[in-house]
Amino acid sequence: MSIVVDRLSHTYHPNTPLETRALRDITFELQRGAWMSVVGHTGSGKSTLVQHLNGLLIPQSGSVVVDGMEVREKSPHLRAVRRKVGLVFQYPEQQLFAESVLEEVAFAPRNWGVPEAEIPGLVQSSLALVGLDGQYLERSPFHLSGGEKRKVAIASVLASAPEYLVLDEPTAGLDSFSRKELVDLLTALKEKGYGILLVTHDLDIALQASDAILILNRGEQVVRDTPRRVIEHLRGDHIPGLSLPDIVTLSAELHDRTGTVPVTWDWRVLAQAIGEMKR
Amino acid sequence: MKFLDNLTFGQYVPSESPIHHLDPRCKIACVLVLLTSIFMVRHTTSFIGWGLLLLVVTSFSRLPLRLVVKTAKPVLILALFTASIHIFFTKGTPVFSLGIITVTREGLRMAAFTALRLLFLVLFASFLTLTTKPMELADGLERLFSPLTRFGFPAHELAMMMTIALRFIPTLLDETDRIMKAQLARGAYFDKGSLWKRLKAFLPVLIPLFIIVFQRAEDLSTAMEARCYRGGKGRTRMHPLTWRTSDTIALLGLSLVTALLLIADRTLLP
Amino acid sequence: MPSHTVCELRDVSFTYPGAAAERGTKVRPALSGITLSIKDGEWVALLGSNGSGKSTLAKHMNALLVPTQGDCIVYGMSTSDADHVPAIRNAVAMVFQNPENQIVGTTVEEDTAFGPENQGLPPGDIARRVNDALAATGLREKRQSPVYTLSGGEKQRLAVAGALALDSSCLVLDEPTAMLDPQGRAQLLAVLAELHRGGKTLVSITHRLEEIIHCDRAIVLVRGTVAWEGAVPELFQSTEALREWGIFIPPLAALWKDLHARGITPLPSVPSLPEMVQALCP
Repeated sequence: MSIVVDRLSHTYHPNTPLETRALRDITFELQRGAWMSVVGHTGSGKSTLVQHLNGLLIPQSGSVVVDGMEVREKSPHLRAVRRKVGLVFQYPEQQLFAESVLEEVAFAPRNWGVPEAEIPGLVQSSLALVGLDGQYLERSPFHLSGGEKRKVAIASVLASAPEYLVLDEPTAGLDSFSRKELVDLLTALKEKGYGILLVTHDLDIALQASDAILILNRGEQVVRDTPRRVIEHLRGDHIPGLSLPDIVTLSAELHDRTGTVPVTWDWRVLAQAIGEMKR
Repeated sequence: MKFLDNLTFGQYVPSESPIHHLDPRCKIACVLVLLTSIFMVRHTTSFIGWGLLLLVVTSFSRLPLRLVVKTAKPVLILALFTASIHIFFTKGTPVFSLGIITVTREGLRMAAFTALRLLFLVLFASFLTLTTKPMELADGLERLFSPLTRFGFPAHELAMMMTIALRFIPTLLDETDRIMKAQLARGAYFDKGSLWKRLKAFLPVLIPLFIIVFQRAEDLSTAMEARCYRGGKGRTRMHPLTWRTSDTIALLGLSLVTALLLIADRTLLP
Repeated sequence: MPSHTVCELRDVSFTYPGAAAERGTKVRPALSGITLSIKDGEWVALLGSNGSGKSTLAKHMNALLVPTQGDCIVYGMSTSDADHVPAIRNAVAMVFQNPENQIVGTTVEEDTAFGPENQGLPPGDIARRVNDALAATGLREKRQSPVYTLSGGEKQRLAVAGALALDSSCLVLDEPTAMLDPQGRAQLLAVLAELHRGGKTLVSITHRLEEIIHCDRAIVLVRGTVAWEGAVPELFQSTEALREWGIFIPPLAALWKDLHARGITPLPSVPSLPEMVQALCP
């Protein structure tokens, strides 16, 4: 079971002076239980790609197939696809509207027609997935802290019981600790069997956590590979607006010269290796 | 599927034309002259003259005619609607009948007349927004109404509100689009059920939007205060409005032409 | 050498009005007993985690907030004196976190002119200020562009241009990079470094330690009080304290600190990446 994207292209305002090509020949497959990151600078086409994955945009050319169902105009499966692929937009806390966390998280399952009797349980388990307990249920989402609001927003998408979770810059505006917390949360979800697609301009997070990375530059797929191979690619072929994290660059330099130091994003590993090298 | 993409009606189109360079106050005055004159027209055939005037103004503005005509598209439905009312409900000499509906000669004339009047009103008015930057327009209105400030009329405040509204329209459209998509992704329907159901479906869009708007308003007022804004008093402009001879000539010339058209309407036609 | 004092806070405390009514019981002031001074030409980093009071402090320097207790003196003028407020706002400009919410004009040029227009300058002077500000922020080509066509990074540079056009000698920036992507962030920091070289006094508020490497001095706020003050390299040494204050240590600094502790001392102070590569590569 997977999302299969095949030679997907998209042009905004076709045949007008405003015509802009946002995506060109994107191809990848995302399995359940896997984490793929899409990395690119602002305007690289990341958000356009994301909206194709759950039918908010329909492919103009190429195809998107979710668990065997193709995303097409007037497809009877469109809502099924939308439910399977949970989409977390940038700054998702800005979509909150209900008077209590319970109502907020219950919004999606009610829209999907989940029987009312099952909803409290679903809400509780969705909140539990993001690390919020039952005492939040009656609170107003608007009186929570920024980090908590974002968790509620993510829980409100998880309550659709999706099989894939697509997140557009979920770490934007978070401090470093909340960022780490979110990455851990997504890793846990991946291990539970969700397919994770993270869209980010933060290469650091992508290298740390994903199984595969797709680099987008001006709507084109530059490379799609394992984090290790992507590092090699980016060292050889610099993409404007995308620079490797310092630790990665440093460890790769040392790796080239010594052969013993591994290429890593983790400063602890690097410190250990340098310590051994110097001894 | 960008929901609110087609909101470009009458937007400013940059160009280096004589009309673009006129003082906004002059253009506002000209439009007022044109609109009142069009209301005074009595004969349908007179609109031939106004059509010629429209062509002359278009060529002065160096805008493609197609673009100018396009701005009238949204009112076309309204024009057709009023026209059809006149066709069906004006009594007089019958031209033909279809069942209970009788179309009269007077009805056809009235229909053509009202439709043309409405179209010309919109077409001439659209030149104001097509050739004037929104900020200039706000400036012009502020200056025109500034004599009223001594009677407590908030000319500056209204102009500032207009500027800010214009500044934030694209942002808020983007935001609405994003929130709608976020709620769609959570299974919301916007296009199903009764009218009441559809309105209710918009609450999850409107509430977040209001919250964003109020947050923005608060932030913006803090930022404006930090940028030394203290209302209109003592404020100067980088491009102050200057009334040139060309503005006087344009206003007088246009007034003369419209006067001639009106005289022709009253005297030459039966 | 910097000597003149731009801004001085003497035992400043501040409590948000209305905060008491909401909670009912004891209210923690947003700032308590803050004493510090900013010297002319300095680049000071104001660090703190969320809720440390750093934004509240920033708003004091521009008289957007006035102390509930103590004094805030800007160029010898107390911010509590309403008569001084216009002069204080001319002297200290602010840039806020969300670029979108501080841009008033519909085009780049119009927005940059907004401040000097409020100051009541003659048109020629406004045009000169706008030219200079747009040149300093690298926005000259975008002069006539509508604001909605700019990227996030460009919008934030426009906010800086708007502040520069006020021709104030001090610029206070409240988390200006928080909403930008790495590219936008790097470009903005480059603009700030250039302004600093030109003699502008800068106060940048951030929770990102990697952004303060070029600053002269750092002040750490923790729950509304000054927890630490000193030179930037020294701050990087205090790893444990930083963790306690809720400030994330950049990986390169953490690595350097660890190597230091292992007795491998490639460099005396926190290095840049090229320095580190050079020091470590045999």
